[in-house]
Amino acid sequence: MVSSAPSSPALERYEAVIGIEVHCQLKTASKMFCGCSNGYADAPNTHVCPVCLGLPGTLPVINRKAVELVLATGVAINAETPPATRWDRKNYFYPDLPKGYQISQYDLPLASNGRLTFETSGGEVTIRITRAHLEEDTAKLIHATDAAGRRVSLVDFNRSGAPLMEIVTEPDVRSAEQARRYAEELQALLRAIGASDADMERGQMRVEANVSLRPRGTEAFGTRVEVKNMNSFRSVERAIAFEIDRQADALDGGEELSQDTRGWNEDRGSTYVMRSKEDSHDYRYFPEPDLPPLRVDRDWLAAIRGQLAELPADRRARYQRDLGLSAYDAAVIVGEPAAASLFEEARSASTDVDAKALANWVTGAYLGLLKTDPDAASRVRPGELADLVRRVTAGELSGTNAKEVFAAHAGDGSSVASIVDARGLRQISDASALGAVIDEVIAANPKAVADHRAGKPALGFLVGQVMKATRGQANAAVVQEAVRTRLDAAPDAAPDGDTAT
Amino acid sequence: MSGDLTRLTAHAMADRLRDGEVTSRDLTEAHLDAAEAGNHALNAWLLIDREEALRQADAADDRLRRGEAAAHPLLGIPVALKDLISVRGGQCTAGSRILEGYRSPYDAHITERLRAVGAVILGKTNMDEFAMGSSNEHSAYGPVANPWDLETVPGGSSGGSAVAVAAYHAPLSIGTDTGGSIRQPAALTGIVGMKPTYGRVSRYGIVAFASSLDQIGPFARDVRDAAALLHAIAGRDERDSTSAPVPVPDELIDLPASDDDAAVGLKGARLGLPKEYFVAGMEPDARRRIEEAVAALERAGATVEEVSLPHTDYGLATYYIVAPAEASANLARYDGIRFGPQYGEGDALGNYLATRGRGFGAEVKRRIMLGTYALSAGYYDAFYVKAQKVRTLIKRDFDTLFEQGFDALVAPTSPSVAFRFGAKMADPVSMYLSDACTLPVNMAGLPGISIPCGLSEGMPVGLQLIGPAWSEPRLFALARGYEAITSGAEWRAREPAQLALTTDEAQPTPAERAAALAQR
Repeated sequence: MVSSAPSSPALERYEAVIGIEVHCQLKTASKMFCGCSNGYADAPNTHVCPVCLGLPGTLPVINRKAVELVLATGVAINAETPPATRWDRKNYFYPDLPKGYQISQYDLPLASNGRLTFETSGGEVTIRITRAHLEEDTAKLIHATDAAGRRVSLVDFNRSGAPLMEIVTEPDVRSAEQARRYAEELQALLRAIGASDADMERGQMRVEANVSLRPRGTEAFGTRVEVKNMNSFRSVERAIAFEIDRQADALDGGEELSQDTRGWNEDRGSTYVMRSKEDSHDYRYFPEPDLPPLRVDRDWLAAIRGQLAELPADRRARYQRDLGLSAYDAAVIVGEPAAASLFEEARSASTDVDAKALANWVTGAYLGLLKTDPDAASRVRPGELADLVRRVTAGELSGTNAKEVFAAHAGDGSSVASIVDARGLRQISDASALGAVIDEVIAANPKAVADHRAGKPALGFLVGQVMKATRGQANAAVVQEAVRTRLDAAPDAAPDGDTAT
Repeated sequence: MSGDLTRLTAHAMADRLRDGEVTSRDLTEAHLDAAEAGNHALNAWLLIDREEALRQADAADDRLRRGEAAAHPLLGIPVALKDLISVRGGQCTAGSRILEGYRSPYDAHITERLRAVGAVILGKTNMDEFAMGSSNEHSAYGPVANPWDLETVPGGSSGGSAVAVAAYHAPLSIGTDTGGSIRQPAALTGIVGMKPTYGRVSRYGIVAFASSLDQIGPFARDVRDAAALLHAIAGRDERDSTSAPVPVPDELIDLPASDDDAAVGLKGARLGLPKEYFVAGMEPDARRRIEEAVAALERAGATVEEVSLPHTDYGLATYYIVAPAEASANLARYDGIRFGPQYGEGDALGNYLATRGRGFGAEVKRRIMLGTYALSAGYYDAFYVKAQKVRTLIKRDFDTLFEQGFDALVAPTSPSVAFRFGAKMADPVSMYLSDACTLPVNMAGLPGISIPCGLSEGMPVGLQLIGPAWSEPRLFALARGYEAITSGAEWRAREPAQLALTTDEAQPTPAERAAALAQR
């Protein structure tokens, strides 16, 4: 999972200089400038109104929640917040932009000069974040063929005017792995503070990278290429690694690089030219006259800071420090919001549950299920998982049976207690309760008893017979101890030999 | 009967409605008849909606019959809307081909307000395309004639709304004013027109020209009617973030009815006369009317001092950067994709070029190009940023005077009376100069009112009063005072000189007159 750095031999000769731009859809109930639902995944053009269609005479009204989510992001990345901000119009024509301009922020972003720190295979890395600003999303174009066989472009305005946050880094990223890790850490942060679901596959988080190379030991920036269309963390890493190699090969061959925008083709594993520099736009930014400047009240900011959820880095540190989790388990749990909330809620449902055992269940059984059967995973209740782990830790449930119980619980949501009872899986750990069964087994297997006493490995067989007689409910460790004690206690006991395991 | 009813002021109509002497249907029918009869010669209307107007009139009559408590003075009164105000289900051309066939799916804020008070919307009036113009000659639907002289323009851009009131097609109408588009046509047609403080009236549902300058305001034949119409449409609207949470003063519907009471309001008023507003090109006789008005104000007890607004000269140049810059973005949405006609069979760019190339008129294209240029990389600082700085200086000029305690400034509304069709079409800058005395007021976001102050060679002259922000009640009171002290003037009794010709179907249309003039 963790790749080694440098990811490419090219990085022995060249230093990669990478800046990352992330657009993420903010998790608000309504759109940025109107009251339409922010549910752009619904049937096309069902969440539209005169405002987000850009009809004549309409005016924007700021969504306060969207502003708060960007301010919260700013706090989370240790950014500066301006005392006042404003909106600007970014002018260009495109069929997915109904007003012919996008309301964005140009020179007064809601957050500036932040940073994000994360672990990589090469150690801890801090990336400076230039700015985070608020803007509106465009509509979605769908290219199709109509009944007459003509190529047509359809516009779905559900996404038009959805609140979007753009986060731009300084050119601090030095490898494809760092780029992937930055994106992963940013996703974890945005999910933790509730700013965005930030699912890359669903377009809720879109990552673009500006990649250039310079010979090691030099300062001047090389020709920069913008890479788009990376729809997963894996493709971020692959696309940037490809681009580094491509540029290195070109530079080695004495080729002049051109300042293009390139797309990542996942199937071919390569980038291709989407736009050349000549197509660059003059967006004619100017202050949005329909919206007055927004003053960021210090009390408002303090309230946002006070309500900020625990950040991923803090949470990982706490899991390791206070709960004794391994760095790996802490990272895996914090990196997946569903896992993190299951872990947290299970711990609050049962305060005495063993955290490390719980972490093993969350990172193992639960995350495995989340990948293979998300519906089943969604049925896992924190209180039930806590109960399951508690039973295992207390020796009431065997590891093997616990997996069966977990699967049954996820299957139909029934409680751990009812599954254990119905299937008779309660583990018998009380040696006295097992006495009669053990006596019977010893009496019925004189040869094995003799073998054991002769120092031959027969203890395992006897234990197996007890387990069989109790239909697996007996605690194997307890049985083993009890059988051994019983045999050793006999008057004609032979010297204790090695016992089978 | 119908002729009599159309000559009434709105407040006189309101009295008769409450006394049960007339119904809203009577008033509405009389005005619809007048509008239909006069539209051939005047072309003031782009839509006369008889059916819908009568439906609203009957609803108003129901409300009147129920003796609705606290009914607004506008209940049952006909009103005309400039055709850039959204009315649900209705046309909204903004005087442009590019909005031909568009039907608004929603009501503008002011449309909602007018419905709420029970005013009767007669239809939509002609205008310069996207409110860009000072003569109404830039309408895609033909020019509008001035009833004082059918060979002259009514001013613009709200020319249709001004003429509808001046020619007795409606007692009240709504216009918009970005650089003088209410006050200048009011002056040129001899009626009252008011541009409120920026933020007083919600712009929601009004087709935008220049967002930081546009305001919506009333036309009427007297000051009290104009104030009552502003009262109906003003107030904070959550959907326009630039509309201010300032209460609407009820003084607006309580101006003195008696001339004696009204004249008292002038006593002790401190007025400034900005010398820069008497521009070099101003017509001498029009200037004399302003001077006479100033003398009358002084006789009534006001003090008038000459003052200076030193940055006035930069107003026009500044305005023609700020307004086109905003317009260039505001008009980007007219792309033929979601509404309006679409031309071109090509790719997206081909369709844009064809649609906007055919849909927009020359003046609109000129301003889009001006604005696009002013915002372009490399020019932005020299043009747009500098213009915003000068705008601040212009505003500061006004602030300085009002901080010194002036109640209002007195100035001409327009440097000239109504001019002939075609006189300024070949020279855009001479057309732009028509607004030299009005556009600084928009730049500063202040309220301004134009009221008739006499005739120059038979054509109306307008007196402009400019007040500090949110001073509309005081401004209307001063205007009402001036109206009172001139109520006995001979020119006040005059109707537009060629009004009688406007109902003659044999008369040429304004477009035909303009074409004939161009031949001479």
